[in-house]
Amino acid sequence: MSEEKKDLGQEILKEINQDQTPTEHVRKPFLGKAAIPLLAIVTGLIIGALLIAITSQSVYAAFGESIGKGFSTAFSEIGTAYKALFTGAIGDPVRMINALGGDDAKELRQAFNPFLESLVQSTPYIFAGLAVALGFRSGLFNIGVEGQLFIGAACATFVGYSITGLPAWIHMPLAFLAGALGGALWGFVPGFLKAKTGGHEVINTIMMNWIAFRLTEWLLSGPMTRPGSGGMPISPIIQKTAEIPQFFPSPIRFHLGFFMALAVAYLIWWLLFKTTWGLNLRTVGTNPRAARYAGLSTTKSIILAMSLSGALAGMAGAVQVLAVNRSMALGLSSGYGFDSIALALIGNTHPAGVVLASILFGTLRNGATRMMVVSSIPIDIVDVVQAIILMFVAAPAIIRSIYHLRKPKQEEQQIFLSGWGGQS
Amino acid sequence: MTPILELKGITKRFPGVLANDHIDLSLNKGEILALLGENGAGKSTLMNILYGLYQPDEGEILVNGEKVTINSPTDAINQGIGMVHQHFMLIPVFTVTENVMLGNEAVKKAGFLDRKKAGDRILEISNHYNLKVNPDDYIRDLPVGVQQRVEIIKLLYREAEILIFDEPTAVLTPQEADELFKIMRSLVEQGKSIIFITHKLREVMDIADRVMVIRRGAMVGETTPAQADKQSLAAMMVGRAVNLEVDRTESTPGELVCSVENLTVADKFQNIVVDDISLEVYSGEIVGIAGVQGNGQTELVNAITGLQKSLSGKVTLLGEDVTKSSPRQITELGSAHVPEDRQADGLVLPFPVAENLVLCTYYKEPFAKGVLLQYPVILKNAEKLIEDFDIRTPNAFTPVGSLSGGNQQKVIIARELSRPIKFLVASQPTRGLDVGSIEYIHKRIVQKRDEGCGVLLVSPELDEIMELSDRIAVMYRGKIIAVVPNKGITKEYIGLLMAGVVPEEPIEFDETAVVEATF
Repeated sequence: MSEEKKDLGQEILKEINQDQTPTEHVRKPFLGKAAIPLLAIVTGLIIGALLIAITSQSVYAAFGESIGKGFSTAFSEIGTAYKALFTGAIGDPVRMINALGGDDAKELRQAFNPFLESLVQSTPYIFAGLAVALGFRSGLFNIGVEGQLFIGAACATFVGYSITGLPAWIHMPLAFLAGALGGALWGFVPGFLKAKTGGHEVINTIMMNWIAFRLTEWLLSGPMTRPGSGGMPISPIIQKTAEIPQFFPSPIRFHLGFFMALAVAYLIWWLLFKTTWGLNLRTVGTNPRAARYAGLSTTKSIILAMSLSGALAGMAGAVQVLAVNRSMALGLSSGYGFDSIALALIGNTHPAGVVLASILFGTLRNGATRMMVVSSIPIDIVDVVQAIILMFVAAPAIIRSIYHLRKPKQEEQQIFLSGWGGQS
Repeated sequence: MTPILELKGITKRFPGVLANDHIDLSLNKGEILALLGENGAGKSTLMNILYGLYQPDEGEILVNGEKVTINSPTDAINQGIGMVHQHFMLIPVFTVTENVMLGNEAVKKAGFLDRKKAGDRILEISNHYNLKVNPDDYIRDLPVGVQQRVEIIKLLYREAEILIFDEPTAVLTPQEADELFKIMRSLVEQGKSIIFITHKLREVMDIADRVMVIRRGAMVGETTPAQADKQSLAAMMVGRAVNLEVDRTESTPGELVCSVENLTVADKFQNIVVDDISLEVYSGEIVGIAGVQGNGQTELVNAITGLQKSLSGKVTLLGEDVTKSSPRQITELGSAHVPEDRQADGLVLPFPVAENLVLCTYYKEPFAKGVLLQYPVILKNAEKLIEDFDIRTPNAFTPVGSLSGGNQQKVIIARELSRPIKFLVASQPTRGLDVGSIEYIHKRIVQKRDEGCGVLLVSPELDEIMELSDRIAVMYRGKIIAVVPNKGITKEYIGLLMAGVVPEEPIEFDETAVVEATF
C-alpha cells in the first residue's frame, strides 16, 4: 500500500512544476509562482535572526564591552540558533553521512529522525491546509477547521477505543473515516445554513468552533473519559487495531498517516482540476452568477464544499489521534486549524502548494523545539517568523519592492490590456 | 493661435506591442475633438499617458505651448487636464459635495470640513453649466447620468480646462447621452476644451468638431464630420471597407419555437417589471425587442431562460412548458443565451478560454466521461472554436479576463452558437464592442437564423434592432405595446413607441421621442 502511495507522492511533487489549472502547465516556469513565497520565507528568517539578536541578553552585554564584540556575539547567537533549528528539523549532516556510510540500522534511523519527525509534524497541517484551500477554491472561507478537527478527533477516538474485535485493516480505516465524517458533519451545518439562509460561513464556523471545543471538553471529562483518570479530560487509549502504524520502533514516530495525507492531497487535486465536480465547485467559487447562468446549483456546491472541507479537517484530527497520540486530550491541536489558513494562502490554495507549505511549517515547528533546548531561544520566535512569512505572502508588493521583482506577467498583461482598451 | 494642448511624437511600447506609435495630436481651445478607434487601437493608452498613469517612451506634451511632464493624475489636474472615466470614481454613501471635495477639501479653522463653502461652489458650477446637480444628494440615489455629471463637476471644481471623456455614453440611456451632448456643447461654449474618446460613429458625427482616427497605435487620419460620413470613418477606423448594413434575406418563419403567454415578473423589490406579456418566436426569424434600457427587458429574458421565477403566466419552449424549469433544463432543450452582462454572467474571468468555452456543457459527453473531465477534448474544442470564430487570444489557456471585450464576447458567441440550438436569446450581444466585432457578431446571428434557429434579440440600440430583426416588439414599462413586421417602418415610428406613444392615436409631436428614435 505504501509503495503505491509513494508513487502518488511523486505525482504530487511533479504537480508542483505545473500551474494552477492542469491546462496551463505548458507555460510558466516553477519559480514564477514560487518566487514570492520563497523570498517571503527567506525574509522571514532574516527578520527572525534580527529578533534573536535583539532579544538576547548576552548580545546586549557584549555590545556593552565593544561594538565589534557585540556584532560577533550577535552573529554567533544567530548562528547557534539557526544551526539548532536546522539540525532539529532536518538532522545533523555529519551524523547523517556517517550513518549512511555505516551499517548500523538503528543509528541510521536516529540520524534521520529529525527529518522524519518534521514530516510527522507536517501531517496534520497538510490535512487542515487542504481543508481551507478547498474552501477558498469553492468561494468559502472555512475558519472552523479547528472545531471540525476536534469533532473529527473525537469521532475517530470513539470508534478507535469502543469497538473491539475488528481486524486492523477494517478498524483503522473505519476510525479514520469516522473522523472524516465527524468533521464533515461539523462543516455541513454552516454550509447548509449558508446555502439555505445566507448565514455567513465565517460567523457560523466560528460559532461552531466554540460548540466543538466545549462539546469535546464535556465528552472527554464525561461520556468518553478514561476510567480512573479522576475526571481529567482525557479519553481511553485506542485499540491496537485502530492505530495508524508507525514504521519504526519508538521514539521514531514517522507513520503511514503522512503518506495518507499525500494521497488525499493528490485526490483533492484530482477532484478540483480533473473532474466535473471540481469544475463545478471552482465555477461557483469564482463567479456564482456565471455558475447560475451555466445551470449549476450554487446551493449544492456550497453544501458539498463545506462538508468536504470539514471532512479534511476531521482527518487532521483523526490522524493525530490514531497515529501519534493514541488517545485524545484537549491539548490535541497546537492551533492546526488556524495555522492552516496561512498554509492555504502560502500554498496558493493549490494542493501541491499546501503540501509544500505544510512541510515547511512542520519543519520549522520541529526545529524550533530543538532550538529552544540548545540555545534557550523561546519557541515563540517561530510563531513570529511564521506570522512575518504570512504577512509577506499576503502583501506580495512588499517582497516585490524589497527584491525589485517585476509584477507577474499575468497581471501585467491584464493591466496592460484593460488600460489599452481591453474594456475601453 | 497656440493649441491649448499638443502631443508630439508620443510613443509607448509594451512588451511585444507598440501601443502608441509617434502620435501627434493638437487640441484647440473651445473645440470638441473626437478620438475614434477600435477597442485596443491605443486611444486609452494615449489618454492614460496624458493623464499621468503611464509615461511615454518618446515624445513630448505641450500645454499652452509649454513643455510639461506629467507623472501622476495630480500633475495632470495641476496642468488643467481632467478625465471623466468610463467607470465612475465615486463613493456611493457620500454626498455629491463630499465626493467632489475628496482630495481637495475645503476646510474651516482647525481642519473641520467646510461643506457649505464647497456646496455653494458646486451649486454655482452646476448652474453655470446647467448641470442640474444638487450638492446634498447621496450618490447612491442618483441615476447614472447624474453621477456622470458629478464626475464632470469634480473636474470643473478643480478648474480643469481640458476635459477627457473616456467612452462616456457606454453607460448611459439614449436620453442621458443626449443630455450629456448638450452639456459638452455648453462646456466648450464657455471656453473649455474636450477630448472625446469613442468608437461610436454616430456620436462622432453628432457632436465632434474635429475627428482623429487611431488604428493599431498610429494616427491614421484627421477629418471633420462635415467632410466625412459614417462609412468612410468606419473604413478609416478598421482599415478596410466595412459593411454597416447586414446582408439579410427575407425570413422564412417555420414552426413555433418559443411562446410566452401572459407572463408577469417582479424584480427583487417586488415591483412588477414584466407586466402580462405575450410573445411568440418562430423558427428562422429574428424577433427584436426594442426599448429604452430598464423597461423590463432584463427580467423578461431572465424569466425565459430560467434565471428568474415568474409570478404568473407560461413560457413554452419547443413544445414543453418551461415556466418552472431550471436554466440547465432549458439549455438542454436546445436553447442558448447570450447574457446581457458578459463579465458578470457569461464568463468566469480567471478561467482559461478553453474552460469558458464549455461552461454550459462541460458535464456532458464528449467533454466529460462520468465525472472525469476530458481535457484533450476540451482543448481540441477550444482550438476549433478559436479558429472558427476568430477569437484573438494567445492560446486556449489564457484566462478569458485578459482578452479584450470584443474577444470575450466572441468566446460567449462561440460557445452558444456552436451548439445545435433551435432557440437563441441574445441580450445586447454587441454592447461596448467595436465596429469590426459588431459586424462579425451580426453576421453570425443572421447565419444562425438562416439555419432555422428562432432568435430573440434584445437591445436598447435601435440601429441594431432595425438591422437584424424580422419583427420588432417594443417594450415600454413592462409591457409590449406593439409588435410590427420590420418592413417599411421608420426609426421615428419605433422611437415613438419606445417613448410609450402609440401612434394610432392622435398625438402631439413629442420632441424628446424623436431624439430617442434617432439615437
